Amino acid sequence: MRLSTLTLAMTLAAGVAYANPVAPGDVSYTEYGAIEASLSGAPGDAVNGASVASSRAMGNCVACHKVSSLDAAFQGEVGPSLDGVADRWSESELRGIVANAKKTYEGTIMPSFYKISGFVRPGDAFTGKAAQGELDPLLSAQQIEDVVAFLMTLKAQ
Amino acid sequence: MLRRTTTILAAGLVAVATGAWSDADDNELVVNDEIEITTQAAAPAHVEGLSEIYSGWRFREVDTQAAQMDDFDNPAFLAVDAAQIKWDTVEGEAGKSCASCHDDVMESMKGVRAVYPKWNETAGEVRTLAMQINACRTENLKAEAYGYTSNDMTAMEALISVPSRGMPMDVAIDGPVQSTWEQGKEMYYTRYGQLELSCSNCHEDNYGNYIRADHLSQGQTNGFPVYRLKNTKLNQVQDRFKGCIRDTRAETFNPGSPEFVALELYVASRGNGLGVEAPSVRN
Ligand code: HEC
Ligand code: HEC
Ligand code: HEC
Repeated sequence: MRLSTLTLAMTLAAGVAYANPVAPGDVSYTEYGAIEASLSGAPGDAVNGASVASSRAMGNCVACHKVSSLDAAFQGEVGPSLDGVADRWSESELRGIVANAKKTYEGTIMPSFYKISGFVRPGDAFTGKAAQGELDPLLSAQQIEDVVAFLMTLKAQ
Repeated sequence: MLRRTTTILAAGLVAVATGAWSDADDNELVVNDEIEITTQAAAPAHVEGLSEIYSGWRFREVDTQAAQMDDFDNPAFLAVDAAQIKWDTVEGEAGKSCASCHDDVMESMKGVRAVYPKWNETAGEVRTLAMQINACRTENLKAEAYGYTSNDMTAMEALISVPSRGMPMDVAIDGPVQSTWEQGKEMYYTRYGQLELSCSNCHEDNYGNYIRADHLSQGQTNGFPVYRLKNTKLNQVQDRFKGCIRDTRAETFNPGSPEFVALELYVASRGNGLGVEAPSVRN
């Protein structure tokens, strides 16, 4: 907890240097859908990533995935359990999966969390109304980094 | 006496349900100890993505299931009783009631719910049951149309559905409705919204799975209008479509729109063979 606060403070202090995230349209994916470099330019915070993954209002990853280390209620089973996922994928690969899983798994049901165009009838969040102006990605560059940092903690032992 | 039967029945259901996995359970639906309702059938040939079709009832908790097994326990029947009064009451400038032309709803409307949406030759359009109710209100009663998803509408739909309970859904998909059906099919497989999810992603590829706290069914329409414990009222089928599309972070369609009429026809046809359950109970 102390650690994460510190990281946050450092991020804030660094200000300008880190305030340059790669825009969703400018992300470069490898042939297999990985993203090599941090999207925000800053390291991720695993503690914050855990809450992004649990929260309905943010990643809501547990809607589809079980993660034993999270105490979020009602974890879904549409996707595979994420336990041990860091043994299966590298950090770059996980970043690519979270940002746009369709580059790793063609046609997957998993939403693309760092994408802002190419949608059919995009809405204004959950209002059912048409989106106004440019969409925000489902997660910010830093939230993606935080989730990836959290996923990197999910090792078999 | 009736209540007691339901409790015993419910107790019987628990045993079966806990033995089952998260897929559809093995419970059987008999309403009022009398009306046997088919909740599982071979998928119609025009549904390539499924081999078996299941009613949403098979995915619900035992208590919710039990509430539909006896009309005294089914909260939708308050609305049915209210609609029966409307059916018999003169309204509008023509000085008529529904009963003036259709007499006893339990006789004249037998089988009607099972074949809607269907083609109306005179009007030259595909009509949902709601559209037909409003057509009779405006043209034959000379009364105001009901709001498409209003309580009056869902109550009237529920009443008209009662005499069809247990009859197999049998919606036509060819002839004059074919192009509308194709349009609905295309919508069913379109990945809408910022979450890019189609009806099929959830209701064809993942029925039986939990998505967060929700146990996904096949999204069948044989139970509509549905009494939901969540909002304690009857829900119109197109209101449900609207909610499902909204939840994909999409701009939804309006109930009564040509798009939703097409979608309703297509989704209804995916349930051909399931028994009409309306008015059903869900969470
Ligand atoms: C709508 C359901 C859904 C949501 C929401 C979702 N995922 Fe997924 N995810 C899947 C599915 C399904 C797969 C498996 C890929 C496939 O076969 O389509 C997957 C695969 C993955 C994988 C690879 C898993 C492995 O074991 O190899 C990771 C990592 C992952 N998701 C992370 C996340 C994170 C992090 C979030 C939240 C930010 C998230 N997912 C949200 C459905 C979802
Ligand atoms: C003046 C006579 C008249 C009145 C009053 C009337 N209807 Fe109708 N109704 C008809 C006729 C005629 C048809 C057949 C129309 C057709 O097939 O095009 C019909 C058809 C229907 C159908 C479809 C039946 C089927 O087999 O597809 C429904 C449902 C219906 N009416 C409901 C109502 C309701 C509800 C009311 C009261 C609000 C009502 N009707 C009042 C004459 C009437
Ligand atoms: C993100 C997943 C998701 C998507 C996409 C989705 N639904 Fe649903 N739908 C649900 C959930 C959850 C429920 C409530 C539980 C259940 O019956 O599956 C539900 C319920 C329904 C029901 C009620 C079933 C009953 O027996 O009461 C219908 C009908 C339905 N959906 C149709 C659709 C249609 C048509 C679409 C496409 C426009 C669609 N859904 C898209 C998740 C989804």
